[in-house]
Amino acid sequence: MREFNFTNPSTLDEASKILKTSDSSSALLAGGTDLLSLIKHEIIDPENLVNIKNLNGFDKIVYRKGEGLKLGALVRISDIAEHQIIKDKFTVLSDAASVIASPQLRNMGTIGGNLCQRPRCWYYREEFDCIRKGGDICYAYLGKNKYHCIVGGGPCYIVHPSDTAVALTALDAKVTIYSNGDYKSIPIQEFFILPEVNYLKENVLEPGEIVTEIFIPEPKADVKSKYIKFMERNAWDFAVVSVASVMNLSNGKISSGKLAWGGVAPVPWQEEQLNQKMSGLSIDDNSVEEFSKSLFENSEPLEHNEYKLILAKNLTKRIIKEIAAD
Amino acid sequence: MQMIAIEFNLNGILVKAEVNPGVRLIDFLRDEYGLTGTKEGCGIGECGACTIILDGKAVNSCLILACQIDGKEILTIEGLANSGELHRLQENFLKKGAVQCGFCTPGMIISAYSLLLLNPNPAEQEIREAIAGNLCRCTGYKQIISAIEESIVVNIEND
Ligand SMILES: Cc1cc2nc3c(=O)[nH]c(=O)nc-3n(C[C@H](O)[C@H](O)[C@H](O)COP(=O)(O)OP(=O)(O)OC[C@H]3O[C@@H](n4cnc5c(N)ncnc54)[C@H](O)[C@@H]3O)c2cc1C
Ligand code: SF4
Ligand code: FES
Ligand code: FES
Repeated sequence: MREFNFTNPSTLDEASKILKTSDSSSALLAGGTDLLSLIKHEIIDPENLVNIKNLNGFDKIVYRKGEGLKLGALVRISDIAEHQIIKDKFTVLSDAASVIASPQLRNMGTIGGNLCQRPRCWYYREEFDCIRKGGDICYAYLGKNKYHCIVGGGPCYIVHPSDTAVALTALDAKVTIYSNGDYKSIPIQEFFILPEVNYLKENVLEPGEIVTEIFIPEPKADVKSKYIKFMERNAWDFAVVSVASVMNLSNGKISSGKLAWGGVAPVPWQEEQLNQKMSGLSIDDNSVEEFSKSLFENSEPLEHNEYKLILAKNLTKRIIKEIAAD
Repeated sequence: MQMIAIEFNLNGILVKAEVNPGVRLIDFLRDEYGLTGTKEGCGIGECGACTIILDGKAVNSCLILACQIDGKEILTIEGLANSGELHRLQENFLKKGAVQCGFCTPGMIISAYSLLLLNPNPAEQEIREAIAGNLCRCTGYKQIISAIEESIVVNIEND
């Protein structure tokens, strides 16, 4: 491929220090399924790869009743997709994991890498020196923007590519980050950042900071959840639009619920007022139709992606009805 | 240039090697060991022609560095045949006309093999899912699926 050094740090602290002191000339390697593509396409050009895959203790899935679920950052996507407790209690997450890429990529890709993967905007992945790569313009804004965002964009219009991130947002997960010798835990909603905050990165991580764990609090009793991903080809692909929902139902009504969308914004998208509106919503055609009409009032579709708004509304209706019927 | 010492199991044999960290597993297998059954189609995880088995799971060898496999077990298409005798998946791919140009075949068979390792009696949908990361431009998948199904039946009769 090209020349770089490879280090196998034996502790998290050592990995973090190398990454911090060498700044952008080092890159953290987990499964490598995204990183090696980025290097191949010369989007990044690290001199040193810091392999965290051999660090001990970050590949565990631990569920404690009444507390919740902990996923080490090195847990493979296939392990999440196949885990029985996750299927039963955190269905939206196993749904999302099981529709990522292909079996081969799920066997290699980690959850930490899935959250930290770089965008798939085709200008970004090809030889365009766009804003996100430090250039002056966004080629997608006036160019081919069929797969770009309809809400939360500017000055860059990517969509966040991760499926698990959308499910974890609906589940109110927390992300634990190792930072300067210490751990901090933040809501996943604060982990991802919009381009207006910083268009050079997709999350809050600073050089040397490493995601170590994802925590999902114990869901309410009798919760139901689901993930629906709309893809262009029927096989495996990134989401055109996706929706995750977690809800509790009683007497034909939603007593409480959360929704999150993928493929519509530069971050997994959530609107607090929509979550609030869901409480008390009746599961009948009219109410669900009305509700879905109120989605993304601030959306500003680009020239070629207005269809995503319609798609998001339809998928939202579908997920509410399907969860209610399950 | 940095060289990294690795030790791993390749098709049942323990091997030691020194690798340059920039070398991908696919190139390492093909160039150092002459295992050219593993093919490169796209180099970015989209076609599955480079599929091998790493510690019992199918993975894309184009997105793995050789130095990442220290201490692990690798199985390539060459490791499937047993002392010159084709594996039943290989037999059935030939018998069912599942091989045309043959470029996708090794990866396809490895994906099918990894499925049968975990799930000896898969339904058609499970077969489709297991080969969803393997593209075939020639056959239209029908013959491939029937070759894999045929390999299940043989399995049940023999075992
Ligand atoms: C063909 C193809 C199709 C795909 N389709 C989908 C899809 O449909 N849905 C989807 O969600 N994803 C998809 N992906 C993305 C894939 O899931 C990711 O590549 C994978 O999850 C990344 O995990 P990894 O361990 O290989 O990460 P790596 O490639 O090792 O790392 C990815 C990035 O994250 C950083 N990183 C990794 N771990 C950490 C950590 N613990 N802390 C801080 N930074 C970290 C790395 O430095 C790097 O920048 C696809 C990828 C390919 C190649
Ligand atoms: S959407 Fe973002 S990544 Fe894509 S061309 Fe515009 S600035 Fe670059
Ligand atoms: S060559 Fe590896 S997936 Fe295509
Ligand atoms: S037989 Fe030619 S690609 Fe499958």
